[in-house]
Amino acid sequence: MATLPSLEIEQASLPTYKNERPFPFCPGCGHSLILNHLDKALVSLQIPPTQTVIVTDIGCVGLSDQYFVTNAFHGLHGRSIAYATGIKLANPELNVIVLMGDGGAGIGGTHLLNAARRNVGLTVLVFNNFNFGMTGGEHSVTTPHGAITSTTRRGNPEYPLDICATVGENGAGFVYRGTAFDKDLPQRIEEAIRYPGFALLDIWELCTAYFSPFNDFGRKEMLGLVDAMGLETGLLYYRQVQEYSHYVRKLNKEMAEKPVLPLKPIEPEFPHWVDRKFHLVLAGSAGAKVRSAGKLVGYAGVLSGLWATQRDDYPTTVKSGHSVSEIILSPEEIRYTGVAKPDALVLISQDGLKKSGRYLARMTEEDVLFTIPQFAQVETRARKVILDPKRAKVRITRTNLALLLTAAALRELHLFPIDALTVAVQRFQARFADQNLPIIEASSRLVA
Amino acid sequence: MAKEYVDGATAIARGALAAGCDFFAGYPITPATPILLHMLNELPKVGGVGIEAEDEIGAISMCIGAAMAGARPMTATSGPGISLYSENIGLAIMGEVPLVIVDVMRMGPATGGATTPAQGDIQFIRWGTSGGYPIIALAPSSVAECYTLTMRAFDLAERFRTPVFILVDKEMNYAMATVDIHEYVDVPVGQRPLVPQQVPEPAVVDGVRVNAVTGQPDPRLRPEETYLPYDWDPIDAVPPTSPFGGPHITRFTTSSHDEHGFLTKDPEKVRRLNDHLRLKILRHRHEMEFGIPDVQEGAETLFLSFGTTARAMREAVDRARAQGKAVSGLTLHTLWPVPERLILEAVAGHERVIVAELNHGQYVREIERLMYREARRTQTLPPEVLSLTRADGELIMPEQFLEFLT
Repeated sequence: MATLPSLEIEQASLPTYKNERPFPFCPGCGHSLILNHLDKALVSLQIPPTQTVIVTDIGCVGLSDQYFVTNAFHGLHGRSIAYATGIKLANPELNVIVLMGDGGAGIGGTHLLNAARRNVGLTVLVFNNFNFGMTGGEHSVTTPHGAITSTTRRGNPEYPLDICATVGENGAGFVYRGTAFDKDLPQRIEEAIRYPGFALLDIWELCTAYFSPFNDFGRKEMLGLVDAMGLETGLLYYRQVQEYSHYVRKLNKEMAEKPVLPLKPIEPEFPHWVDRKFHLVLAGSAGAKVRSAGKLVGYAGVLSGLWATQRDDYPTTVKSGHSVSEIILSPEEIRYTGVAKPDALVLISQDGLKKSGRYLARMTEEDVLFTIPQFAQVETRARKVILDPKRAKVRITRTNLALLLTAAALRELHLFPIDALTVAVQRFQARFADQNLPIIEASSRLVA
Repeated sequence: MAKEYVDGATAIARGALAAGCDFFAGYPITPATPILLHMLNELPKVGGVGIEAEDEIGAISMCIGAAMAGARPMTATSGPGISLYSENIGLAIMGEVPLVIVDVMRMGPATGGATTPAQGDIQFIRWGTSGGYPIIALAPSSVAECYTLTMRAFDLAERFRTPVFILVDKEMNYAMATVDIHEYVDVPVGQRPLVPQQVPEPAVVDGVRVNAVTGQPDPRLRPEETYLPYDWDPIDAVPPTSPFGGPHITRFTTSSHDEHGFLTKDPEKVRRLNDHLRLKILRHRHEMEFGIPDVQEGAETLFLSFGTTARAMREAVDRARAQGKAVSGLTLHTLWPVPERLILEAVAGHERVIVAELNHGQYVREIERLMYREARRTQTLPPEVLSLTRADGELIMPEQFLEFLT
């Protein structure tokens, strides 16, 4: 080991970025050629090995990181670009090089596409030998039409993915297609590493274990395939782009120093007249500010020295179907947040009625149903208070009826002063104060 | 007394930020999305980075990459997303990656009920990746605990270099609750063992490279190495690491590896690695036994629960005692590894243990296992272990606990 180059960080010039271990690849395999080209590019660049991360995918190419003196990350099949994205985002100054095969480009297609679209500053070398070399020569997304592989014995019925066009048309700033035999490949790799945005080199090569013997496919045939497929080689896309990790950091700087999810402590400012757990249910339609009205009740309760909880039920859609809020107000801490039987139910809409059956069935004479004239005939033992929105003398909309009826109900229920609700709007939903304060005011006319 | 009216998602995000989280990658999924939104909004303010990834696999992969570049990552998803995280959870275990994963459980199987609470991922997250290696999982049962246990999750993830789950459900994440602000308890958050961040001086003594961890010449070191990325002694010790971009070369791998991070099939090295991954958690299980035992003298029955269901349990305990009935309750905050001492101590002297969970009976298996093992060990009869479950989308109600006491 004493004869090996000593790799100090401060050392001015590294003669190689490879370690002493010989490559493990089959005789004639393109991987060794490409890795030697990569080494030449790194030697020319002289970026400190500590500032370089070689991220490998799976397959024979996945072994490659072990033969370099840089940092190494060997992960799962197809995910190399996603790990590399995380590394680059966490430390944008790192030089992140991804080595993957055509297999990885297939299974990890979405990561490839999205890294290209974002222009994450990675250098991606695709070791493209048209098949899975490690697992037995199965066909991949780049296997030419008609080619023989262990899973396409009668000729590949599929058509190959054009990796370069895919990433190039979707925003990648630097896209190159060539072969492992290209004399200038070290320079192209060096340019790709120097390029700040997403750079990809689709490097065609021979798999001497499977693809070459299956298809009588040598250097000459591979060069012929490029022409036969009507593809261009060389630098196919080159454009000026914003490198993603630096761009994100720049955007984020504008956010610095703003308060981070600040605590919003509430001191009791109002009295309350609640001596036991009080269960209030609001039943209306999604998109009609039912949960929002419920939250105001909770804030108002806490402003009055109560403990409050709110549990909501709604479908997966956003502005259609039901929206039911179960609110508990209590002078003591609340553990269980569910409501089996409401002490008061505010029934706001037909969607709400559909979900209120079990509440209405359990409610007794002690309980109160607040609702609009439309539902005056609803069957329940609860005492009914019919609230006529027309009396409010404000324009009733889909989004203010919930608050109007809830505020009117609170006036009747005497849980805490209605002023607590007003302050809750001013303090916690100030953006909507212009709309909501007149509604709370108008609610007094419903119960006068 | 100042209080706050707030949801669990906010408390989890605050806990993460208080613990030094500086990276978040996630993919939108109900009911975990509020955490994604909070983290993407807040991280830029503290110099961190948040990203909505292309899918869940991308999200956890980015977190793992970021972790090895020195970040403190968190991600959040629900059961369907955990399925997609599965392979990378194994990678994080194998490569020893500090990573906090919030699983906001929803009713399954498959897409199940997106807005429906459930606790169906208990065994799934424990055995959710190939190989069967241990993970750590914490389950808060209040908004304030969401804050504190998220900090604990970061502490454990960092110190043990392992994925740590925070298990909540739709109710815990979304429901508004009142919190006495004094209940937000900060806990110390440790750091992954780090190699001293400078190259040893001198770097070579008598032709042998000096290990930056020990400061001593180490003949095992290769020419490019200043430390060994997967070197531990004793076997349950957590190996020091160095972030990509620091002064040392770090090798990371998902494959069975030796101390250099090179692939190996050497049976002795593979055995040592696999034992290490298991024992670094299991030998330290008693350092992470969290929960709230509430044992009443003379009680024959002990309720045991966690998360949202523990809230109904605690209410049932209060109501039973108000009626003059003796009953005990145990709220678990640690689910994995099973907090055996905590459970055995709380159960001691009771004739019945009722395990309540919002699924078809998953954690009850652990309690049965533990009770029978303890009975065998002590040559006594085990307590009766009963299961209270529910899987119709509704919460387990306090009344369902109380039925056991009639």
